[in-house]
Amino acid sequence: MLSTMIQAADPPSQLLPARELMAFTLGSHILLVPFGVALPAITLLMHYRGLRRNDPVALTLARRWSAVMAVQFAVGVVTGTVLSFELGLLWPGMMGRWGDVFGLGFGVEAWAFFLEAVLIAIYLYGWRRLKPWTHFWLGAPLPLAALMGAFGIIAANSWMNTPQGFKLDAEGNPVDVDVRQAIFTPMFGPQYWHFVVAMFMTAGFVVGGIYAVGWLRGRRDRYHRLGFTLPFTVAALLTPVQFVVGDSTARAVFHKQPVKFAATELVWKTDTHVPEYLFGRLNEDGTIAGGIKIPQLDSILAGFKPSTQVTGLTSVPASDRPTAVQATIAHWAFDIMVTVGSLLILLALWYAWAWLRHRDLPRSRWFFRCAALAGGACLLTVECGWITTEVGRQPWIVYNHMRVSEAVTDTRAGSLWVMFGFVVVVYVAVFGAFLMTVLKMRTRWRIADESPGSPGALSPEADSPYGPRGERETSGAADTRGGTSGGVS
Amino acid sequence: MAEVVAWVLVVAIAAYACAGGTDYGAGFWDLLAGGAERGKPVRRLIDHAMAPVWEVNNVWLIFVVVVMWTGFPTVFQAVFEAMWLPLALAVVGTVLRGAGFALRKPARRLARRRIAGVTFAVASLITPFFFGTVLGGIASGRVAVGTPASADAWANPTSLLTGLLAVAATAFLGAVFLWCDARRFGADDLLDYFRLRALLAFGAVVVLALVGLPVTRDDARYVWEGLSGGLGLAAVILSAVCGVATVLLLVRRIHRWSRWTAVGSVALTVGAWGLAQRPYMLPTSLTVTEAAGAAHTLRWLGIVTLVAIVLVGPALVLLFRLDNLGDLEGLGDTDTRAAPAPGDDL
Repeated sequence: MLSTMIQAADPPSQLLPARELMAFTLGSHILLVPFGVALPAITLLMHYRGLRRNDPVALTLARRWSAVMAVQFAVGVVTGTVLSFELGLLWPGMMGRWGDVFGLGFGVEAWAFFLEAVLIAIYLYGWRRLKPWTHFWLGAPLPLAALMGAFGIIAANSWMNTPQGFKLDAEGNPVDVDVRQAIFTPMFGPQYWHFVVAMFMTAGFVVGGIYAVGWLRGRRDRYHRLGFTLPFTVAALLTPVQFVVGDSTARAVFHKQPVKFAATELVWKTDTHVPEYLFGRLNEDGTIAGGIKIPQLDSILAGFKPSTQVTGLTSVPASDRPTAVQATIAHWAFDIMVTVGSLLILLALWYAWAWLRHRDLPRSRWFFRCAALAGGACLLTVECGWITTEVGRQPWIVYNHMRVSEAVTDTRAGSLWVMFGFVVVVYVAVFGAFLMTVLKMRTRWRIADESPGSPGALSPEADSPYGPRGERETSGAADTRGGTSGGVS
Repeated sequence: MAEVVAWVLVVAIAAYACAGGTDYGAGFWDLLAGGAERGKPVRRLIDHAMAPVWEVNNVWLIFVVVVMWTGFPTVFQAVFEAMWLPLALAVVGTVLRGAGFALRKPARRLARRRIAGVTFAVASLITPFFFGTVLGGIASGRVAVGTPASADAWANPTSLLTGLLAVAATAFLGAVFLWCDARRFGADDLLDYFRLRALLAFGAVVVLALVGLPVTRDDARYVWEGLSGGLGLAAVILSAVCGVATVLLLVRRIHRWSRWTAVGSVALTVGAWGLAQRPYMLPTSLTVTEAAGAAHTLRWLGIVTLVAIVLVGPALVLLFRLDNLGDLEGLGDTDTRAAPAPGDDL
């Protein structure tokens, strides 16, 4: 698999475990990111609706999403901490040389994340005792803080793709750092919007999909209708937007990272009239096995006319480009992402059509089956998008300036494999427990919904052990809450 | 500017030691709270007190790491290469700590709550210990640019002592805060419980500090001298005064100010370490000036920090104010309308 790289320079034996560890932890964390970035916004929309129209169903939904968010955010915080440590534990070479060039984006992210953590704490823990509208408005800046945090992370990643904002001295060390140039790199804009829209789409489709499952199982009440409609509408509205943004992102890659583009599209030789391959596999000799070939299309997509010249992988030495296997991985990830995106457009159109025709949700069960799958498909595309950008950049960690093998830690491969195994066990346990907890919450809510009047079954003491301001509660939890959220419930 | 950013780093470490430390301390007492029935009120108080703020407290750690690699990339590289194992274990510890805590509360089965709780509590012990060993290794001059990872970097007398001291300090902070929380939430039965534990933890800190005097004298010569003279000594004395004041407040059962003096003693200890290390970032091989990253970046890091203080500062104050007023409380089953599921036994 790594044969080309071995020819180029002996890759250190710790490279593989370091990459696997990074891929595993980042790939796990990224599944929570859509909910960290976009779920607060979607919940706030539902919350607003609940307060504005005095709608108890909407408020119940917003509260339940908050309860899930409380657990999800916690797991996201700690798995995110791991990533910042891994930059030092696995890639000290990159941080040592480039830390002061591109680190500021992370600086912005750290503070934005601080703000987000504060606001989300107030929001998640303010439901009981804050005044309803005060509570809402304290949570309202949450989406902004989340967007700011994403700004920092994407600034750092896009810098790795199109590094700039520095000069190199005689020894190859960066000097004359210009921070603004280093943050606003050519790939920053396309990557940022592509990412943000993807996060909102994913959160919307996943949350909507959960209620689509309930709908399919015959729970066609207002609760499920609202829980489906609001997040699904947000996601469906953004799907065509993402189509345009994603397309322009691909074209930005074509212009700014031509070799990565060649890998994602399996272009071997620089040429005009380049065909597009749907899937297929690149062989070491440049031929392509399998896949569907569409003549001229790649050139047309890249430059709107068949005569557009597309740079091929062979434009750079074998040691400076992804291997055949890596190119195939990036290509498949890219194609899966585009395929799913296109299918989601059809789903959004279906939804819009039904709405225009009879102002109602589509009646077909197939629509809800697809909607139920859309969330999972979106999570898959998030993984694919990330694989495309990371694997497509190989063998560079900083495009054209530092190889992954130069950045890797000196720690012995054996230690890294042991750590990798340990981390896998920990993550499987944590994510498994997280999933189980959320499913358990769902079961409890369903039981309560199906047997009206049951919530009183719980002892108020277990529910709310302490009163406000240190006054011991003697009259049970329900009274206090009735007083603070009066008229709402 | 490098000096300023270095102090931002020290302040951030101190903030994490105090804020994160309090939560680790809560985990320490959670571990020692006894069986499910006996420890129930203690754990309930810990859950209730920690839940709204621990994630925010954890962000200080991320901030420390980010300021370090942006401001002092070579130091970051050197520390993370030499201290590979303790840092890796510490970060896995933060995952287990956070996940264990967050997953314990929604669990409605005793068995699950036990697993999550033990994970949370044990990880709360391990994590500060390993962070402590890293600081000890740096202070004793065992990390220089290019030092390969080795056990000696963190498994040496100074490191082990600093690790234990970190655990004792978190236990002290945790107990003092929980003592105040017990009063805040009217859990009168736990007042003396945590008061006693705060005093015991303080005793442990004092004993470890006294043991440390001869041990670190030769092992961490430069920092030892920095701490026994000049500004470093002044900070140590102030820290000791804060510690003694906390004890007096505890003995006389005065809750007011006790949290501040406890935080003061820990923060000043970190500050004293910062003062003692001057002008070195890695004693005695790399000074702050030598370690500093690009000047332009440092200036911007300063600006970003200022903007953040303006934005995050008030938000933090608001959070802790609301928390203090008892306005923050997790959603309960009645809020989300949940009913017991089959198999739930809590």
